[in-house]
Amino acid sequence: MLSSVRHARLFAVALLVVLLTPGGSEAEYADVVLNRNSEKEGVRPVVYPHWFHRIRFQCRVCHNELGFEMRVGANNVTMEGIIEGKFCGACHNGEIAWSVENCDLCHSGKPGLETGITGGHETLGPGLW
Amino acid sequence: MNISVRILLLVLVGQFAAALYASEWKTLKEDGVHDPENQGLQWLQNPGDALRRLPSDSVGNKVDWVRAFEDGYIRPRSSLTGEEEVEHLDTEIIMNETGSLPRVMFPHKPHTRWLDCENCHDKIFKSKAGETPVTMEKILEGEYCGVCHGAVAFPLTECNRCHSVPLDGTAAKD
Repeated sequence: MLSSVRHARLFAVALLVVLLTPGGSEAEYADVVLNRNSEKEGVRPVVYPHWFHRIRFQCRVCHNELGFEMRVGANNVTMEGIIEGKFCGACHNGEIAWSVENCDLCHSGKPGLETGITGGHETLGPGLW
Repeated sequence: MNISVRILLLVLVGQFAAALYASEWKTLKEDGVHDPENQGLQWLQNPGDALRRLPSDSVGNKVDWVRAFEDGYIRPRSSLTGEEEVEHLDTEIIMNETGSLPRVMFPHKPHTRWLDCENCHDKIFKSKAGETPVTMEKILEGEYCGVCHGAVAFPLTECNRCHSVPLDGTAAKD
């Protein structure tokens, strides 16, 4: 029969092992990082959350109406274009969604991130994205 | 039960609990992609606040997006203004050349609820069934179905969601 002290010790050891097991930080499935121009221009990379946008818009809106290719990094999205109403600027104009003066809300990524899509770690394919 | 077995069991249970916890949606501050120093994060919605209200799935965003749309949990617009009439197609394509795996049934219906015909045809798939040389290798490399599945739609770990038609039984059609 184990004493309660030994029980407590065992529990503490198990708890420590669990706490020390790296949980890993992972972005939400299909979050897109855009950093073709951002850091060169002195701002953080852009993080685009698919989950947030697909609650509000069908895929066809961005991937047909707005001209976003279905391949991360395939479009050259610039702030000049956005201000003229292209790409993100079709909504982010202060009418449908917040406008371009809210830099930090889109340029919200960690410095050094590469352009790509997250969540694809679950398969081989998205390694290429 | 000796002590080492007890420790092992405790650790395994703990690991399982940790894995369950890890499958919850991360906040933006802790997701490893957003810069936690960014003051703007306080104005952005955390995934869990929106996604936990939607029908659940075991993979991807842990959301069954097709059901969320069909059952009216979400009403995503079909155009910027939301007034555009869109084409929905309700046909099924059976893909026969699947080796020893069940055949693939591709349903147009859930796909055309989200996407325009032009998103796939003829850029990714030829309009005539059976004329596109789809292979799992290419899909795993991010081509064909893999343009979306594995990136934004349910991942390629879910074999039987596509390979859903038993080899014997349902008549094949192209």
